Amino acid sequence: MVEQNDNSHRGLREEAWRKELKKSIPARERTAIDRVKMTEEDAALRIKGHMEVNKGITAEMAMQEARRCLDCPDPQCIKGCPVGVDIPTFIKYIEAGAFASAVASIKESNVFPSICGRVCPQEIQCEANCIYAKKLNKEPVAIGYLERFVADYEYMASRVTPPETAPSNHTRIAIIGSGPAGLAAAGDLVKHGYEVTVFEALHEFGGVLRYGIPEFRLPKYIIDREIKNLQKMGVKFERNIIVGKTVTFSDLEDEGFRAFFVGSGAGLPNFMNIPGENLNGVLSSNEYLTRVNLMGADKPDHDTPVYFGKNVAVIGGGNTAMDSVRTAKRLGADRAMIIYRRSFDEMPARQEEIRHALEEGIEFLNLHNPVEYISNGNGHVSRIKVQRMMLSEPDASGRKKPVPVEDSEYFIDADLVIVSVGVSPNPLVPRSMPGLHVSPSGTILVNAGEMNSNIEGVFAGGDIVRGGATVILAMGDGRRAAQGIHEYLQKKAKSVE
Amino acid sequence: MNRVIAKEYLSPYVAQIIIHAPLIARKRQAGHFVIIKIGEKGERIPLTIAKADADKGTITLIVQKVGLTSHKVASLNAGDEIDVVGPLGNATHIEKVGTVLCAGGGVGIAPLLPIVEAMKKAGNKIISILAAKSKDLLILENEIRSHSDELIIMTDDGSFGQKGLITAGMEEILKAQKIDLCVTIGPTIMMKYASLLTKKYNVPTIASLNTIMVDGTGMCGACRVTVGGQVKFACVDGPEFNAHEVDFDELLMRLGGYKNEESQRYQKELEKTR
Ligand SMILES: Cc1cc2nc3c(=O)[nH]c(=O)nc-3n(C[C@H](O)[C@H](O)[C@H](O)COP(=O)(O)OP(=O)(O)OC[C@H]3O[C@@H](n4cnc5c(N)ncnc54)[C@H](O)[C@@H]3O)c2cc1C
Ligand SMILES: Cc1cc2nc3c(=O)[nH]c(=O)nc-3n(C[C@H](O)[C@H](O)[C@H](O)COP(=O)(O)OP(=O)(O)OC[C@H]3O[C@@H](n4cnc5c(N)ncnc54)[C@H](O)[C@@H]3O)c2cc1C
Ligand code: SF4
Ligand code: SF4
Ligand code: FES
Repeated sequence: MVEQNDNSHRGLREEAWRKELKKSIPARERTAIDRVKMTEEDAALRIKGHMEVNKGITAEMAMQEARRCLDCPDPQCIKGCPVGVDIPTFIKYIEAGAFASAVASIKESNVFPSICGRVCPQEIQCEANCIYAKKLNKEPVAIGYLERFVADYEYMASRVTPPETAPSNHTRIAIIGSGPAGLAAAGDLVKHGYEVTVFEALHEFGGVLRYGIPEFRLPKYIIDREIKNLQKMGVKFERNIIVGKTVTFSDLEDEGFRAFFVGSGAGLPNFMNIPGENLNGVLSSNEYLTRVNLMGADKPDHDTPVYFGKNVAVIGGGNTAMDSVRTAKRLGADRAMIIYRRSFDEMPARQEEIRHALEEGIEFLNLHNPVEYISNGNGHVSRIKVQRMMLSEPDASGRKKPVPVEDSEYFIDADLVIVSVGVSPNPLVPRSMPGLHVSPSGTILVNAGEMNSNIEGVFAGGDIVRGGATVILAMGDGRRAAQGIHEYLQKKAKSVE
Repeated sequence: MNRVIAKEYLSPYVAQIIIHAPLIARKRQAGHFVIIKIGEKGERIPLTIAKADADKGTITLIVQKVGLTSHKVASLNAGDEIDVVGPLGNATHIEKVGTVLCAGGGVGIAPLLPIVEAMKKAGNKIISILAAKSKDLLILENEIRSHSDELIIMTDDGSFGQKGLITAGMEEILKAQKIDLCVTIGPTIMMKYASLLTKKYNVPTIASLNTIMVDGTGMCGACRVTVGGQVKFACVDGPEFNAHEVDFDELLMRLGGYKNEESQRYQKELEKTR
């Protein structure tokens, strides 16, 4: 999945300063350094509010951690990064104290390092491939922490100068959806001189970054500053516009838009279709998180209501489930629990989130599955009938399947149930675009290189193409589509001449 | 941000507001709704587009004060700002079927109006039957009349038209003549009984469901309803459904979901403005 890895890091490695730096500390000393510990808000305190759990590392801590990186001749870490960030180069800049150069080098492949440093599943991507983890049996270099550190440092030092943009070429491009895919595409296209407008269905920008991922993991000011930055670069943002409803693609074409990037996400929550699922107090994590994160429902001066459950059960084991259960704890739950049909080993959530959840007193009912929700007699859920599960022997694909344990059902009290069992692609755009090729599951089919769909001038990326994926993959798609759009428009301009 | 152009009370509890929203006015068809939000801390609620004027770029919403946000909408005045997104939902399927019975109750008469108008335009014979608690709560009588071949009015207290529930009036019509389609919009409990009645007479019936909603785009699932044994999202799959297949009891239950939370907030607001 490494697209932007053009081996430029090889040249950079030969620079004198870097060779010097490498020699300055012997490898044995480097590997003896312990991995930096992120400063974290105390668990007892942080569950009283929405403050960010990870408080960041200092410049000294970052430089010390950077010394651990061996500047490997064939750095495997890069191969683990979906956008091919030149990891050793940015880390060596940090070791040398050249933070601005570090950020600049990350931004060549990752435009939102302060976001990815916080939410990438590093333990299965870049850090999983680090030689420390692979060969030395030690904790990997803290690539995510370092990425977050330099990106935040740049902002704190007010060093962020919007990247240079080419003079306007008066060609309009429409971006549908303001999630990471749309924002990344907008950033690259505006640099090429296009007139870019981002259309967003909701009343605020950022997609899942805004309405899904909670403040305690990704503070809203970080999204705000990225959007402000794009505005400074000339990107226009239009909220409360549903493309396909408020305006159609042909309206936009009439208004002079020459290409489209669809980054409309996978917003549709899945349910399990078990009895009692439509009781009050049983809701999707999208509804729960949207009420809290987008609508401020937990604050008394906001109009949107939310349930403050005392016994809260969250069904699922992904990031969305962790975010929901930890939010419920912060909203005052006495008991906040995960009900997950497999075990910790299979849990798709980021490792750090699981650890933080455990520290915060979240209970994990692994190898459990809900089979029915029971009403309190007034239409509100009061109990869950759960079933114990066990993992089968690995099947042909090597996956262990959860299978129910017979006669193992029992009841758990719960006055709030949050269903977090995945999402499906948002059908609004495909439905409004007859002829658009979509997969049986509703994702838009694109050519993997340029991200163009079967309709000329329409490109797509992120969750609407992949189903529920990750921020960095969405961002990478947006950037590749931007390149695809640029090439498409250039070719088209030539053919007209 | 959109701007309110005019506001007027149609009854003590029902306000009509006209909003400048040219994009929505141009796209809107009968059956569509919008989601509105007032102020930074406001809540998102769905309201049907009762009328639209594409030339003037305006849409008309008719809102009944039932809680905090509908109260705030009714309190808006010309010049105030409001967030509006839409048009949402599927447009009503308009077709010439013969004779259409349009049964509206309370503020449900507002969403019924564009359907009556469109059904008439399509060449149907329209029999409208409107119901309200009392005379002063009846809205849009003249507008509905102007697109109907026949109009019957029912009030609970007999202060206007015939005394009785809407179903009594409907049954008289169903007994007397062949109805090809019934459209019913009103309080959920009314739609439930209207639907049971038309089922008895085997008349295909459409109801427009007013579930609780948040985003209105299919993202949250707050608007789930069971129709024909399957879970549907009212905002993207509806809001109109085959009434005979709707689980109205579940819908009634779900509408009460946030009652406690909502009424606390509403009480606070009322105390503030007192
Ligand atoms: C709670 C939660 C936690 C997560 N945690 C992580 C994590 O820790 N790490 C990670 O890497 N990933 C995480 N993910 C996944 C990640 O957030 C998504 O993969 C990513 O946001 C997808 O980006 P996107 O740009 O494709 O779409 P989205 O972020 O979904 O944005 C799509 C946007 O398009 C808008 N839109 C849709 N249709 C239209 C239309 N017709 N017109 C206009 N606008 C429209 C939507 O309103 C939305 O704002 C998480 C997801 C959730 C829900
Ligand atoms: C597609 C659609 C179209 C609608 N069109 C209109 C319209 O044109 N005019 C209009 O006045 N209303 C309309 N409604 C209903 C309107 O959205 C609700 O009255 C409104 O959300 C109530 O919000 P509130 O904060 O004022 O009251 P809340 O405090 O939320 O509710 C007050 C009480 O009303 C009940 N309630 C809550 N939500 C609804 C609901 N969606 N429908 C009925 N009762 C509810 C609850 O039981 C609650 O106790 C529509 C609803 C939908 C789904
Ligand atoms: S973008 Fe994500 S995967 Fe890539 S280096 Fe940064 S944290 Fe690692
Ligand atoms: S694999 Fe680890 S040690 Fe080697 S370059 Fe990458 S981060 Fe540095
Ligand atoms: S209102 Fe959120 S899915 Fe329908």
